[in-house]
Amino acid sequence: MPEENINKKWEPKIIAFFCNWCTYTAADLAGVSRLKYAPNVKVIRLMCSGRVDPQFILQSLASGADGVLIGGCHPGDCHYSEGNYKMLRRFRLLQRVLRSMGVEDERVRLEWISASEGEKVKTVINEMVDTIRKLGPLGLPGKISVYDKDLAELKNEIDTEIEVDIKPSGKEMVEHA
Amino acid sequence: MSTFNGNGQSIPKIGFYICHCGHNIASMVDVDKVQKYTASLPGVTVSRDYKYMCSDPGQELIQKDIKEFGLNRIVVASCSPLLHEHTFRVATEKAGLNPYFFHMVNIRENVSWVTGDKEAATDKAIDLVRAAIQRVFFHKPLVKKEVPINPDVLILGGGIAGIHAALTIANAGKKVYLVEREPTIGGHMAMFDKTFPTLDCAACILTPKMSAVKNHPNITLWSYSEVEKIEGFVGNYRATIKRKPRYVIEELCVGCMDCIDACIYKEAKYPDEFNLGMSKRKPIYIPFPQATPQVVLFDPDTCIDFKSHRCKKTCIEACDRDAIDLKQTAKYEEINIGSVILATGFKTYDAKFAPQYGYGRFPNVFTSLELERMVNASGPTSGEVLTKEGKKPKSVGIVHCVGSRDEKSNKWCSKVCCMYSLKLAHLIKEHTGAEVYNFYIDMRTPGKGYEEFYDKLMNEGVHFIRGRVAEVTDWALAAEEENKLTIRVEDTLVGVVRRIPVDMVVLSVGLEPREDASDVRRMFNISCSNEGFFLERHPKLAPVSTFTDGIFIAGACQGPKDIPDSVAQAGAAAAEVLSLICAGTIELEPNTASITEEFCSGCKSCIPLCPYSAISFKEDTKKAYINEALCKGCGTCVAACPSGSIIQNLFEDEQIFGEIEGLLRFAGIDLAGSETKGKELEHA
Ligand SMILES: Cc1cc2nc3c(=O)[nH]c(=O)nc-3n(C[C@H](O)[C@H](O)[C@H](O)COP(=O)(O)OP(=O)(O)OC[C@H]3O[C@@H](n4cnc5c(N)ncnc54)[C@H](O)[C@@H]3O)c2cc1C
Ligand code: FES
Repeated sequence: MPEENINKKWEPKIIAFFCNWCTYTAADLAGVSRLKYAPNVKVIRLMCSGRVDPQFILQSLASGADGVLIGGCHPGDCHYSEGNYKMLRRFRLLQRVLRSMGVEDERVRLEWISASEGEKVKTVINEMVDTIRKLGPLGLPGKISVYDKDLAELKNEIDTEIEVDIKPSGKEMVEHA
Repeated sequence: MSTFNGNGQSIPKIGFYICHCGHNIASMVDVDKVQKYTASLPGVTVSRDYKYMCSDPGQELIQKDIKEFGLNRIVVASCSPLLHEHTFRVATEKAGLNPYFFHMVNIRENVSWVTGDKEAATDKAIDLVRAAIQRVFFHKPLVKKEVPINPDVLILGGGIAGIHAALTIANAGKKVYLVEREPTIGGHMAMFDKTFPTLDCAACILTPKMSAVKNHPNITLWSYSEVEKIEGFVGNYRATIKRKPRYVIEELCVGCMDCIDACIYKEAKYPDEFNLGMSKRKPIYIPFPQATPQVVLFDPDTCIDFKSHRCKKTCIEACDRDAIDLKQTAKYEEINIGSVILATGFKTYDAKFAPQYGYGRFPNVFTSLELERMVNASGPTSGEVLTKEGKKPKSVGIVHCVGSRDEKSNKWCSKVCCMYSLKLAHLIKEHTGAEVYNFYIDMRTPGKGYEEFYDKLMNEGVHFIRGRVAEVTDWALAAEEENKLTIRVEDTLVGVVRRIPVDMVVLSVGLEPREDASDVRRMFNISCSNEGFFLERHPKLAPVSTFTDGIFIAGACQGPKDIPDSVAQAGAAAAEVLSLICAGTIELEPNTASITEEFCSGCKSCIPLCPYSAISFKEDTKKAYINEALCKGCGTCVAACPSGSIIQNLFEDEQIFGEIEGLLRFAGIDLAGSETKGKELEHA
């Protein structure tokens, strides 16, 4: 895999987005109950799962995360009535996009975890870390730089052709890419 | 990377503080390493560690640094923001910095307490801290929102908890609406004869409080009523109360009960709910003699006139005050209140789910609640303890922990059963002179005077057998078991299986959440713990608050508890409410959303997403507009805006992107003239 340090064993990097009212509180409860779980998941607190912009997920993966976990209140329990439904709708669409990018479904997971389900925080996180460990690194930043390079080369080719044809300054365009 | 957006704060000067939290953090996270790592990050001016950041000296440390080094961003890595975010914001503000330049990293609940390996925990803490540093670059000063508190209070449930809370608040001169679902207030306590451990008469201590509620000028009592709808937020709730028809005009009825005597049913025919079906009532009735309010009601399911319209209506003739109105329909009341106390209590475990004890199968197996009614002087047997055959039992077995401390039903201890079983043992002995056997798993009698009560019972000659009862059977194996119920149990103190024949069995059923607890919880936007009791904000420090501001809980709806504890919680909830009211206003999180008009394309996709109808469309400019007074700050519209024109304070896109980047690497910021730009730091 590109970018991987050979000396250091690869560990799944997972970013989680937890809603303040249910899942974040559940994670606090897991802490208070001293439940031990894998350290690979790092939580970003949002007020509601409805705040999770698909871009957050894409950006996480593009920046090197191997998976993304979204935690919200159970259906019907959202502190703001239905932010979690809105998230669910977006999530379904995003899954299609991710599939088309070759990102396995298991890498982006949506879970409903209520404030009292500290135990579930633990099991979901451990399960997810296991699954992603099996899938291996996603390595999207590496892939993206390869795509970028391909794209740049492609552009370069086209530009040179264009230059031959009509001779505008193709150089600028390459710089933009 | 995005360009630094400094709001006049030219160069970020970050102060970073990591808390040891005694050993809570320091034993699992290498605090020194995190501190040194953070010190090396561009933009960080000060990096320190301290034993207890939340203590006064800890907070003063921050304040001193703000003044001395001109810090303009503060990051504290300690416990959960749900616990101390407010503390540190206040500290930041006191030093003259806008409190929203502060950000908190949770390395206790999210790291040290949940990680088993010190190196992994330290690495995780470093990642989280780096994310916070990357985030605070993009923080902005915000103005706090203050809203007024409506001083009127809604209390749901008129058991002892609701009653006590209502009186406390009303005595302080504030207006209370007490909404009770049943035709009378009183809750479970009204069913008891005596209460442990003092054996004082329940009615003697409860009925004066019930009348005080009824007569209090500051209390509006709506019995036989339910909350239909509630909307709004702390300080400003609006509720719709449904007042179910009693078919009797409450204001006119004086409770003389002439109508009941006049009912064409000469004999009472229908099971009486208050006596748990052990006695009968007429279609027009009053639940019990001290019912409050003293108003009769009709049961339309059993009244002939409702069924066939062919009753002579002798009841109407009998009423001097024309209080009966058979055409009455439900009435809806709309009220504005600032806070709510939920005191909806509990229900008892249904003994039919423990078939081995024969409840419903053997007539002489009773529940504890039925016994409470039986020993009550105004109960179905006028206070006599009688078997179904109408005889005084010579021996009675009391089975503890039915539906408690059991993997198959409820895992929790119901807390009051040991004590009420002792009380019932005493009362049964007093009323009948019978031999009484208590079958217990463990005796749990912590409480003032409780252990002494247990001692007293042992001296009274009540038998105690330790062991969970295996079954109650009518299958006689010996002559003395003929025509008796035999309790089979392993006596774990002696180590033998015993068979004890008795005339009557009492099942000490546990306490459970009410059937509709999850509906109520949803309506009031609060949480339940695993078993289904309402969840408090903090088990120790905020036991009557919930995660929804302005909604409080008291009594057995929060978990099994006895009367003293229910009253104590009710007092606590009343104090919380009064403290809100006295403050007059409350600060709200300024995490609302707003639209940057120049980027809004007027696509309207945000409008239907808002559950509070806070977004409208301005026809003249063709742009969306958010009414910040209505916005509650969920951020759903922000995530959905295709042009990125909506900004949520405290959760701005660039702040979240900062956090994402920061979790994975240090990207820095693009700030002309500053050296904080993108060093790729792959930490160990
Ligand atoms: C058999 C038995 C014996 C006991 N003996 C003792 C004793 O001797 N001493 C002692 O200290 N404790 C005793 N307890 C415990 C005692 O019953 C409780 O501590 C006490 O009743 C709790 O009061 P509460 O107000 O929280 O709940 P409840 O008494 O359950 O009152 C709740 C009220 O809310 C109403 N309500 C519920 N849902 C709604 C809704 N959605 N809308 C409107 N109203 C609603 C109910 O109708 C009820 O009136 C005993 C318990 C049992 C089961
Ligand atoms: S608040 Fe938890 S999902 Fe909306």
